Amino acid sequence: MATELALTGSAPIGDERDIVQARAVVRTLTAQLKFSLVEQTKMITAASELARNTMVYGGGGEMRWEILAEGARRGLRLHFEDHGPGIPDVEQALVDGWTTGNGLGMGLSGTRRLVNEFEIRTQVGEGTCVSITRWK
Amino acid sequence: MERIPILRMGRHLLVTIQIDMQDQTALQLQEDLATMVEKTGAHGVLIDVSALEMVDSFIGRMLVSISDISRILGATTVVVGIRPAVAITLVELGLSLGGVKTALNVERGMAMLDAARVA
Repeated sequence: MATELALTGSAPIGDERDIVQARAVVRTLTAQLKFSLVEQTKMITAASELARNTMVYGGGGEMRWEILAEGARRGLRLHFEDHGPGIPDVEQALVDGWTTGNGLGMGLSGTRRLVNEFEIRTQVGEGTCVSITRWK
Repeated sequence: MERIPILRMGRHLLVTIQIDMQDQTALQLQEDLATMVEKTGAHGVLIDVSALEMVDSFIGRMLVSISDISRILGATTVVVGIRPAVAITLVELGLSLGGVKTALNVERGMAMLDAARVA
């Protein structure tokens, strides 16, 4: 992806190929923002974990991105939203190493360590939206 | 889905992962390697991940599984070429690839496999 991406946008997460695609989008965005190599890697990895959660637990959904500017500070915020079953116990879901049955993903706690800001909004029966932000 | 090629080099198998893998591709590689270890009686498996810009928990777990499966089948696995940024990210994520032998590059990895064979 050589072209610059817009300040905001979205990508569907329906199957495994979309996880790879989401990583490619975040790679482009973080490069565009001139994140350091470690910052890029962390954000791409966090996106990969959350995109997989969206697909596996949420039954699919989408990733939305926003390029942020706060004074001289620039950052990238990603939202992973699904309309799946929601998370009944968010506190437990944030415990290190906690994961439901099939052992996919490092849980949300590992992902949280890779970013500067982390927010979950979830409603049982309605869906989940996880938002992460990394500042340069 | 793409399939990762497995090369035979003497008594070892060599895998170079050069694409950003789908989960299914990673699982297929795990299965193909197990089959190849059994079929060839390989003593060692060398996996070069130097082209990977990212190793998430799924790929990390796949590397742990391949290492475990090969060991059960009598072969040693060495993962080489993990980038520094990837290593930092993996550790922060909470996945330190415990039980997986690693080396800086292919040359050192090969030396480890040859040493393991003698032992």
